[in-house]
Amino acid sequence: MYDPTVARLTYRALLGRRRALILFSLPVLLIVIASLVRGFTGVDDQVAADVLGGFALATMVPLIGVIAGTGAIGPEIDDGSVVYLLSKPIKRPTIIVTKLIVAIAVTMAFSAIPTFVAGLILNGNGQQVAIAYTVAALVASIAYAALFLLLGTVSKHAVVFGLVYALVWETLFGSLVEGARTLSVQQWSLAVAERVARGDLVSSDVGLPLAVALLTGVTVLATWYAGQKLRTLTLAGEE
Amino acid sequence: MTTIHISHASRWFGNVVAVNDITMSIGPGVTGLLGPNGAGKSTLINMMGGFLAPSTGTVTLDDRPIWRNEEIYQEIGIVPEREAMYDFLTGREFVVANAELHGLGKKAAQRALATVEMEYAQDRKISTYSKGMRQRVKMASALVHDPAVLLLDEPFNGMDPRQRMHLMDLLRRMGADGRTVLFSSHILEEVEQLASHIEVIVAGRHAASGDFRRIRRLMTDRPHRYLVRSDDDRALAAALIADPSTAGIEVDRAEGALLIQAVDFGRFTQLLPRVAKEHGIRLLTVSPSDESLESVFSYLVAA
Repeated sequence: MYDPTVARLTYRALLGRRRALILFSLPVLLIVIASLVRGFTGVDDQVAADVLGGFALATMVPLIGVIAGTGAIGPEIDDGSVVYLLSKPIKRPTIIVTKLIVAIAVTMAFSAIPTFVAGLILNGNGQQVAIAYTVAALVASIAYAALFLLLGTVSKHAVVFGLVYALVWETLFGSLVEGARTLSVQQWSLAVAERVARGDLVSSDVGLPLAVALLTGVTVLATWYAGQKLRTLTLAGEE
Repeated sequence: MTTIHISHASRWFGNVVAVNDITMSIGPGVTGLLGPNGAGKSTLINMMGGFLAPSTGTVTLDDRPIWRNEEIYQEIGIVPEREAMYDFLTGREFVVANAELHGLGKKAAQRALATVEMEYAQDRKISTYSKGMRQRVKMASALVHDPAVLLLDEPFNGMDPRQRMHLMDLLRRMGADGRTVLFSSHILEEVEQLASHIEVIVAGRHAASGDFRRIRRLMTDRPHRYLVRSDDDRALAAALIADPSTAGIEVDRAEGALLIQAVDFGRFTQLLPRVAKEHGIRLLTVSPSDESLESVFSYLVAA
């Protein structure tokens, strides 16, 4: 279910284009914010949790997920170069799973590592806050990558839809509207993080068993469906 | 024997019928798919390449379905019309990647690069390639696994004459080797130079089929229309209508010209200057009025 050549092409496409600039700049922004906050307010566990929860997990992780997830396949479908993958005796699900693994790895690298570093800067991992949000970022990376990879497979406007989902749904509704929280990758990953952190600095509206079931379900379903879509992908001709 | 069978295949997009009930077989040798732009050539090639399902009918390779059958690509090589191709790789990296996707290695890639004579530029980024170089690297990527069937969509578009000749030589060799080579084009001369067998598609329909002599004859035997101006139109008209190669003459007073319909193209082109000379008439304008490829094709459809 993994093809190293597909993986290599996907990595190079993801890290070699303009998308890479955004991939690098968001983590830098997080670390700058963390340094400034630490400079102005000193060590404060609550503030650390607020920054990591409000910016890192609610905004940065989904944005990185959109860029890596849609970027792993969307541009190839748009410009037609995916034909070089599809005209090979390789199972379509193998192509999707490989691209998913790459998207997950890139999302994790560009979201979880900076989250951990920012946590260390903010309060030196006091009350396990840094580790808790790093775990949340790792878990969320998997679901986001799968969701946005599917989006990149089915829609030409994947980045736009992805941004709307990431910014409007996860950031606004996910934080403000009660009911929407149950259907939010952010909340599911927080449920996992809740177990890791000490005290009540991290909390989720979703129970852990439900969160794990939803995370797994969404990831598996999105990946399966993307594989099906790729099997019947129609390349529009020039006419 | 590797033969693509298209049987009563149609394909529509919404209300638009791109391919309309086409039945044909493409066997070993070089076949040209000829038709004006928008005739449905790409749609047909996409169906043969497994990138489009026929709305009705079937497209098979030796009785195996092509649609949703990844294994078929062990035998098919595809050269798409679109330019996009992982421009951030070098030519060699691109062809090696294609070989690996077939389960082959660097050797196969190098052989394919040698076949298209692209070794000299193989370590340059594809983004720096000219159109002809891109076309050759695309060819190499389609040839890495030594396929029995090669499908090329408008391969000569944008190539200069030297590159065109080079690619034609290559395709001729492939055909002579017993491969099934199909390429599309909207230029008759291109198809005629290369293909031993021609299939003509017009407006989604299968308009004609045969060797190039038959197609050429169909195209030159059709009635030709000429617009002629002279210093004595009526005398010229009277002299021309006496010959059987002229089917009809209309005096267009507004244009101040004769509209002549000729049935025998070869004979008429010799008749006109001779008649003018015999009668001391000066010809001022002789121009074919319907030489566009579209009119040639629409005649073929009606025939």
